[in-house]
Amino acid sequence: MAKRLIGAVSGIALAGLVLGGCGATPASGAGGNGGAHSSSGGGSSNTITVAYQQFGKPPYFNEEWLQQSAKAFEKNHPGVTVKLEPIEASENDFYTKIDLMMKSASTAPDVVTEDTFLINADGSAGYLQPLNDDVKNWSDWSQFSDAMKSGSTSNDGTIYGVPYSTDTRGLYYDVNIFKKAGLPVPWNPKNWNDVVNAAKAIKAKVPGVIPFFCQVGKATGEATTMQTFEMLLYGTNDTLYDTKTNKWIVQSPGFLDSLKFIQTIYSQNLGPSLSTVLNAQAGNTEVQELMPKQQIGIAIDGNWLPGNWLSNGASPWPDGTKDYQLTAMPTENGQAPGYTSMSGGWALSISKLSKNQKLAWAFIQTACNKQNMEWYDINQGNLTPRNDIASDPKYQNAPGQFFKEATSFTKFTHFRPANSQYPSVSTQIQTAVESVATGASTPEQAMQQYANNVQRIVGAGNTETK
Amino acid sequence: MSNASVDVVPQPSKLKSKRGFRAGHTGWRAALFMLPSWVLLLVFFFVPILLTFYFAFTNLSLTGASSAATQFVGFRNFASMFADPTFRISVFKTIIFLIFSAVIGQQILGLLLAILMNERNRAFRSVIGVLVLAGWVTPEIVVAFIFFAFFSNTGTFDMILGWFHIKAIAWLYTFPMVSVVVANIWHGTAFSMLVYQAALGDVPKEILESAEIDGAGRFQRLFRVTLPVIKGSIATNMVLITLQTLGLFTLIYSLTGGGPGNKTETLPIYMYQQAFSDYQLGYGTAISLILLIIGIIASFVYMRMLKIEM
Repeated sequence: MAKRLIGAVSGIALAGLVLGGCGATPASGAGGNGGAHSSSGGGSSNTITVAYQQFGKPPYFNEEWLQQSAKAFEKNHPGVTVKLEPIEASENDFYTKIDLMMKSASTAPDVVTEDTFLINADGSAGYLQPLNDDVKNWSDWSQFSDAMKSGSTSNDGTIYGVPYSTDTRGLYYDVNIFKKAGLPVPWNPKNWNDVVNAAKAIKAKVPGVIPFFCQVGKATGEATTMQTFEMLLYGTNDTLYDTKTNKWIVQSPGFLDSLKFIQTIYSQNLGPSLSTVLNAQAGNTEVQELMPKQQIGIAIDGNWLPGNWLSNGASPWPDGTKDYQLTAMPTENGQAPGYTSMSGGWALSISKLSKNQKLAWAFIQTACNKQNMEWYDINQGNLTPRNDIASDPKYQNAPGQFFKEATSFTKFTHFRPANSQYPSVSTQIQTAVESVATGASTPEQAMQQYANNVQRIVGAGNTETK
Repeated sequence: MSNASVDVVPQPSKLKSKRGFRAGHTGWRAALFMLPSWVLLLVFFFVPILLTFYFAFTNLSLTGASSAATQFVGFRNFASMFADPTFRISVFKTIIFLIFSAVIGQQILGLLLAILMNERNRAFRSVIGVLVLAGWVTPEIVVAFIFFAFFSNTGTFDMILGWFHIKAIAWLYTFPMVSVVVANIWHGTAFSMLVYQAALGDVPKEILESAEIDGAGRFQRLFRVTLPVIKGSIATNMVLITLQTLGLFTLIYSLTGGGPGNKTETLPIYMYQQAFSDYQLGYGTAISLILLIIGIIASFVYMRMLKIEM
């Protein structure tokens, strides 16, 4: 018996040893120290560290921008050193890494780049320093557009970062295909019906092209959620999240209408074939193959899209911004404000555990001044959150971009719910959209399934029906 | 301490004979020498495991308000886990992966290799041994890259099939589970082979010879003599590779990322995604606890099946 007991104990211990790696990982993360990056933080009081993401192939415009800003900053602040700390990681890994870094004073950077969809979650986690008092005394702050400010401000009015880049989404349409189909150019659809009718006209009169392209696959991830579903939903009278009650809206007429729109497109063969669209490469196929061959009538996508067609882009095509034009996405029935868009973006924030908060704030002011930010936004192809840059002809007329049109969308744009459960909810949206597009379920069934799944993830008490 | 010595001193013989325990200086000295390893085990092994147990019952999160104020939530993580269809799929995928790559693949192939090599000459053994071992000594991440190059759309395997005019297949997309199982078998078989080589060396030649004289054939000798004798090694090997396979992350994550869809989403991948992509550390920890329990259950099932006492 004793022998058996020893066997049992050692069996458990063995299982624990081999599997221990799995169990210990979250524990050590929670223990307060991410482990890596011990080089940063805790340095001399005259050094500030700036952490940012670096991924993929160069050029890294964000690094060049921060370097230029650091140089200018060091000139004005003798004796102060700015240390850049690139985090080489994909987007998701970057979020995880900075969160772990900011948990501990020994690793927390002073300044950090934050994605606006995570900034409020990080703020409420206590990682970020509120900047309300700082921006009050900063004259440049009035130059930032209100819509963009709201992206880095929490529901209770706490400002957690200074936005430095953003984006909007709209409808790209092919001028030549529209002319062949007898559709007006410039095109200015007033409601969803106009969009569907245009797609039908293209299908009838211009055979061989895809009338309407939108991402509907789980494989295309956030693009399916943001470029397709949320562009529809935020044009109805409903949203994803009720900021007054802090609850997720899991069933609503707008949600159903959005799924029905997707059903219309895919059941009437107005969209691309499923084999084209249901894989992770669908975005590249769309922008780098189908559009340059002018095989897409209308595509719903982000303002960065023409960057692919620049001479240093993935699929150079000088005439791209002539053959395709960008127009605003209308609301469902043309209800006020008439159009809709979705925006993401990035902001510079100060870590709460930073020992150099004053210098960190001074650095953010330098990096986000007109000159430095304009250089970055033009080179990176991002929309600027500053009004004075947005009205600068140098920016508006930057070649190969739709800055002027895309910036005008910021008047009616929306941000994703700044809730830490958003990524999990977003996955459920993708599941619903894909099942409707493939015909696996009706819009009603898909919405019910979505409601069940979100209730499970966030708890039934945190959801509501409209 | 003084109490203990009073109790112990009058009856030293009883303690010695009954428990084999040596009272006095030697015991303390032994404890002193063991202290460093105990401290290390405590800090780096038992504390994390206890923390894992604790965090599994909290809403610990990487970001958001629940990160600043972590709360005890009882069995909520487990309740939502069992209500989650993705979790059930994940458990199923884990078991499929375990059975095909560890139990069937590595175990049987390893035994077969060991048996076939057992009766061959030294040169043959060393050549084959080195070839098989190459898979084992290759780091997991490198194995993943090798198999990615082998299975990917324009990879080696499709190129070879092309010589026979067989149309290219996107293996990692069309047959993702088969691909990761094959990769893991390639990587892990050498371990089983080594265990069985050692075990086969211990099978007494006399018994095998007398069985042969009695008219036992090759298979009868294997099933009636060799396997019963190496039963202990089979059990040990089964437990070890099961636990290794259950916790396998790098290979699957870098080959398929758990996809396409959730076709190769085993529990470690699911746990990683919940903890670090969806920021739900508490939930992820609860999944790791389930993984631990599956490992323990599997180990005991093997013991039972092979009627072995550890």
